[in-house]
Amino acid sequence: MKTSVIEEVAFQLIKKASVTLPKDVRLAIQKAYEEETSTLGRTQLKAILDNIVVAEQMDRPVCQDTGIVSFFIKGRSLDYKALEEALRRATARATKEVPLRPNAVHPLTRKNSEDNTGAHIPGITYIYEDVDHTDLVVVLKGAGSENMSALYMISPGEGVDGVKRVVLETVVRAGGQPCPPIVVNVGLGGTVDLTLKLAKMALIRPLGLRHPEEGVAKLEEELLELINSTGIGPMGLGGRITALDVKVEYAHCHTASLPVGVNIQCWADRRATARIYPDGSWELLS
Amino acid sequence: MTEYRLATPLREGDVRGLKVGDVVYVSGVIYTARDMAHKRLVELAERGQRPPVEMDGSVIYHAGPVVRKLNGEWEVVSAGPTTSSRMNKVTPLLLKYYPVRMIVGKGGMSQEVAEALKERGAVYCHYTGGAAVLAAKRIKRVAKVEWLDLGIPEALWVLEVEDFGPLIVTMDSHGNSLYEKLELEIKSRVEMLLRR
Repeated sequence: MKTSVIEEVAFQLIKKASVTLPKDVRLAIQKAYEEETSTLGRTQLKAILDNIVVAEQMDRPVCQDTGIVSFFIKGRSLDYKALEEALRRATARATKEVPLRPNAVHPLTRKNSEDNTGAHIPGITYIYEDVDHTDLVVVLKGAGSENMSALYMISPGEGVDGVKRVVLETVVRAGGQPCPPIVVNVGLGGTVDLTLKLAKMALIRPLGLRHPEEGVAKLEEELLELINSTGIGPMGLGGRITALDVKVEYAHCHTASLPVGVNIQCWADRRATARIYPDGSWELLS
Repeated sequence: MTEYRLATPLREGDVRGLKVGDVVYVSGVIYTARDMAHKRLVELAERGQRPPVEMDGSVIYHAGPVVRKLNGEWEVVSAGPTTSSRMNKVTPLLLKYYPVRMIVGKGGMSQEVAEALKERGAVYCHYTGGAAVLAAKRIKRVAKVEWLDLGIPEALWVLEVEDFGPLIVTMDSHGNSLYEKLELEIKSRVEMLLRR
């Protein structure tokens, strides 16, 4: 596959993700507005809904924190080097043309690269799938929610109750800071690196889609109910709807471990997906 | 809950009358400042130097905008608030050195900040996080930008605004904080939820 195609698709996806929220997210916010009972909470959800419409009309980024750019690529083996270069070019171009806010800085000197690229950034995750096409997913993730994320290594003996405790603790500590209503993406098990990667894999699953395994799906629903019983509410100003959804992905882990990775996503759950075919044609999936 | 329309520079009397739950619209000039600009403002004061903008009666907006240059002029494309808690530590110093009258952000600030607001005679207002295009529509012009060496998000943007809001007063100048009240309620609720 030509890298010029990848570059163009990646650019279009970044542009779409920054301006327009996926349908599942828009529907979830609309539902939240209908179900919220607190007056202050409803004003916040109304402003969010209005902002989504105006951003699309004016073709402007829905939130000024256009985030750090991450790509997820599903397909067969690819020319990684050429791909990485194409995705970096697309990110730099989008920064200038959409425009995005230049967010990427050196962690110590804080010097801004000014085009949202840098060491290991944009993030790229390869997922092998034995198919002829390639799916490209872009995620734009702001710092307000990312900063509230957490990794816990709890005792296996604490079990499901322990998992619920730490997820709830993370959400309560975050309060209004990550721009609720949030989406809580949880990685269970694995090793520390994998645990947080699983939480990110949950992030690219659409809202409302439950985990295929019954026990995990049940945990997702129970966590959502717990979080929406805290009273944190939209923007942390009090109310019922604190989270739009909870998604869990798991890996087997060491018998002596129970890692829990909690990745928080703000209401502006920005992602876009395209499918690229071997002949270079492509279509937008979401 | 009362609605107010205020113009900058704000006077102490303007903000002392505001209470938690009130709604405010601000017209005039506001300054964006995040982590790095706060640090620089405090450093300047400690060295006895003056910042490049008038701080008396000022409104500080916790924000880092998306901007573009059109015909040589900056335009704000998208400009919602950033998480205010990152400025918790430096804000009591900012309020000690400068007669700032209003801070606008999202997510709320600490009890130390509530005390500093009371001492100075200033308020903290919430603006809907992520409602960035709605906010940008109320920004009429970029008057100037200072400290671009900090990068676009961290620079100090001087913005002319018209009816900037609705801003909700969530921390007033009498030590009251909506966040403190809610935090206690949420804590006791969560303890119950986990015992179930």
